[in-house]
Amino acid sequence: MADYALILISTILVNNIVLVKFLGLCPFMGVSRKLETAMGMGLATTFVLTLSSICSYLINEYLLTPLNIEFLRTISFIFVIAVVVQFTEMVVHKTSPLLYQVLGIFLPLITTNCAVLGVALLNVQAQNGFLESALYGFGAAVGFSMVLVIFAAMRERIAVADVPVPFQGAAIGLITAGLMSMAFMGFTGLVKV
Amino acid sequence: MFTAIIAIALLALTFGLLLGFASIYFKVEGDPIVEQIDKLLPQTQCGQCSFAGCRPYAEAMANGEADINRCPPGGEATIQALANLLEVEVKPLDDECGEEKPKTLAVIDEDRCIGCTLCIQACPVDAILGAAKHMHTVFADECTGCELCVEPCPVDCIDMIETKAKPNTWRWPDPSRIDLQPGEQS
Repeated sequence: MADYALILISTILVNNIVLVKFLGLCPFMGVSRKLETAMGMGLATTFVLTLSSICSYLINEYLLTPLNIEFLRTISFIFVIAVVVQFTEMVVHKTSPLLYQVLGIFLPLITTNCAVLGVALLNVQAQNGFLESALYGFGAAVGFSMVLVIFAAMRERIAVADVPVPFQGAAIGLITAGLMSMAFMGFTGLVKV
Repeated sequence: MFTAIIAIALLALTFGLLLGFASIYFKVEGDPIVEQIDKLLPQTQCGQCSFAGCRPYAEAMANGEADINRCPPGGEATIQALANLLEVEVKPLDDECGEEKPKTLAVIDEDRCIGCTLCIQACPVDAILGAAKHMHTVFADECTGCELCVEPCPVDCIDMIETKAKPNTWRWPDPSRIDLQPGEQS
């Protein structure tokens, strides 16, 4: 049980997918302008990441390894991710048209979110089991959503702050992200996983 | 090698079936043509087409109850796009709806504003901020330039100014507005 808790803490805080591993920076910068969008994106990514890390574990374990075709890992994982994203898009379109409209192009773009593929590949590398993979995916997604929401909240304040002209826009965003990343480095050593 | 090909093919087949069934199961009700028409309209919600907003106009067009040439803010470009989408003839803009003007922006003269909130009630896109007996102001990003707030203002403190083209709003000048003398090149 403690192992699972450690995986969660490790993925959410210590090895945060965005700020420590630097994966998934595109939605981190792109969808963090408004808090609501960031939350919606966080939820959608959480769903996709958890589901896709479970699916890619299953495919790796029961299809690729027995048939000795691990060299097809990347392409089949991308395949899985694309399908899961499509599926999520349909579900979101059906259940929450408003969220669908707000997320717009960013929903299909989760396919190209390298964090999703990154987590699936890291799972294989770490030889995680079924539950561990699911937790790793879920934890990474929670970490991603948390950082996205925090960053969006900060950017909403930055938008009305008096920023020097050369730093306005993306520049101050990137500086803020860098400072956040340094802050998250402080969690290193909290747990060893 | 053949195992690899067969495995990937099987994977593709499974996923394809899954997505196929999901798309039937999660089918979204609604009239996609209305969505498409609505997307082409400029979303000023100005009501110059005599409908309550862009969406009702799009619905009327989809039902064949309204003509495609009733949108002055969209102008010729919108009529052209609508004609392409609905596969009908291009028509000139209907005069009774108004004439095509460059996009404008409402600006409240804050010295003259008495805080009557009438313009807030008139604004179809909630672009005016203010409260009773407090100065009002317009969100430039939200304002669609529909001019609906000009009429109700009792002190005439709202001006429509022409927006300067920013890199993301700049368009090629409308060729019909350039006055060409015969034999002259622009």
